[in-house]
Amino acid sequence: MNLVIREALLAFRRAPLLSALSVTTIAFSLFVVGLFGLVAVNLQQALRDVAERVEIVAYLLPGAPIETITLAQKDIEAFPEVQAASYVSEDQALQRARTELVEFRDVLQELERNPLPASIEVKLKPRFRDVGHVNDVAERLRGFGFVDDVRFGRDWVEKLDRLRQIAAAVGLVVGAAFAVVAIIIIGTTIRMAVLQRSREIVIMRLVGATDGFVRRPFLLQGALKGMLGGLVAVALSYGAYALINRWLIHASFFSQEQAVAIVGFGMLIGFFGSAASVGRHLRKV
Amino acid sequence: MIKFTNVFKAFPKGGLALKDVSFHIAKGEFVFLTGHSGAGKSTVLKLIYAEQPATSGEVRVSGFNLAEARRKDIPMLRRRLGIVFQDFRLLEDRTAEENVAFALEVTGARRASTPARVMRVLTQVGLAAKAQAYPRELSGGEQQRVAIARALVNEPTVLLADEPTGNLDERATRGVFQLLRDINASGTAVVMATHDLDLVRQAPYRVIELQEGALMYDSAVDEPRDEAASP
Repeated sequence: MNLVIREALLAFRRAPLLSALSVTTIAFSLFVVGLFGLVAVNLQQALRDVAERVEIVAYLLPGAPIETITLAQKDIEAFPEVQAASYVSEDQALQRARTELVEFRDVLQELERNPLPASIEVKLKPRFRDVGHVNDVAERLRGFGFVDDVRFGRDWVEKLDRLRQIAAAVGLVVGAAFAVVAIIIIGTTIRMAVLQRSREIVIMRLVGATDGFVRRPFLLQGALKGMLGGLVAVALSYGAYALINRWLIHASFFSQEQAVAIVGFGMLIGFFGSAASVGRHLRKV
Repeated sequence: MIKFTNVFKAFPKGGLALKDVSFHIAKGEFVFLTGHSGAGKSTVLKLIYAEQPATSGEVRVSGFNLAEARRKDIPMLRRRLGIVFQDFRLLEDRTAEENVAFALEVTGARRASTPARVMRVLTQVGLAAKAQAYPRELSGGEQQRVAIARALVNEPTVLLADEPTGNLDERATRGVFQLLRDINASGTAVVMATHDLDLVRQAPYRVIELQEGALMYDSAVDEPRDEAASP
């Protein structure tokens, strides 16, 4: 077996308690980051679900010829922002009103004439569901001669926009803070492991080991600890997710890429934390 | 082999650890470095194995001019030296055999020949039977023998020993000293820092004496001294 790998693995065997402690510390630091990540992922999902309901409705003037409307509908569907445009006739509108507005069923039953206009309901693609693009599309819809009025709940879309911005800002700041705390804690843990072996480093140098030779097992060991910690953190996050999902609310878990990113983050901190600690130590001996 | 020319070494907080020290140690020599504690014996050794740089003057060791040596040259220099300390500096969690093998492995030596070379030096220091013992299972004298075996395994041209018998009882001291003499007899230069004058008187080797950082006496250069006058 390669000497570097052997030395790195031996350290786990020689100092099992300290190794377990470092892996646990790394795992819990990353677990906190993971929990925050879960909140962020689910908040994002919730916002996406809400944004799903962003819709622009163009009410049509009575008597507009159906052929013209069909052609226009095709045009609208060809807008780059538009995901789907569907035509709702006067009769369909009334039908829908009868089923949805149960309180007014009697009133709606007794009508002699259908007062509801036909409409085209336009759904935007996910990345265009913000005030700017909604306004844009609404303006273009107004340009059609047979369109009477365009509605999209401006206040609501604006609030959604604001909520998204707040979520992104809070996510960035809190996420960065958690990540920094994790880096500091993991860095300290790794430094402890290096200090514990400082005598060994001095002796290695005295018998003629190069800096690279001293460093490599530590780097490998740091990366391994980070990876193990990351795996445990993902497992813990999954446990937390399973509990929340079962007892509290329906939630979603990390995608495979996100889970891999957490493990990779652990590995990177382990690697660079070790590099920094050993480097600092080597400069002294 | 080892050449000091007008070497000065300042303490980090002021004052001089070495003042204008010059000497030359030839291949295969045995040299005692004597003086009271704080006289500069360890500092001389540290300059030789490049643990510290000289403040001024020239230190040459085994072809290296240490003032010009870069950090990456230092391991190469140390592989030509064997270093032994008063406190042994063994790795507690490795056996005698592993401690010795370690010194060989860090140099990237061929792994196939490692066990044979390790056993050869352990046999040389008389510890072949205790190859599997951990340092805590060995006496002080035995631990120092392991340290000497570790210093020898890379076949150094010089063995530096900083108070190697300082922690040993009289019997172990005699054993370790005899071992160093045997090593010297087989061609390796030995520089031994000690304040044990009984030991110094036992053997007809060169003596370099330091006092407060200055070279007071060098038996290779100066007149032989009256025994009673020496410290």
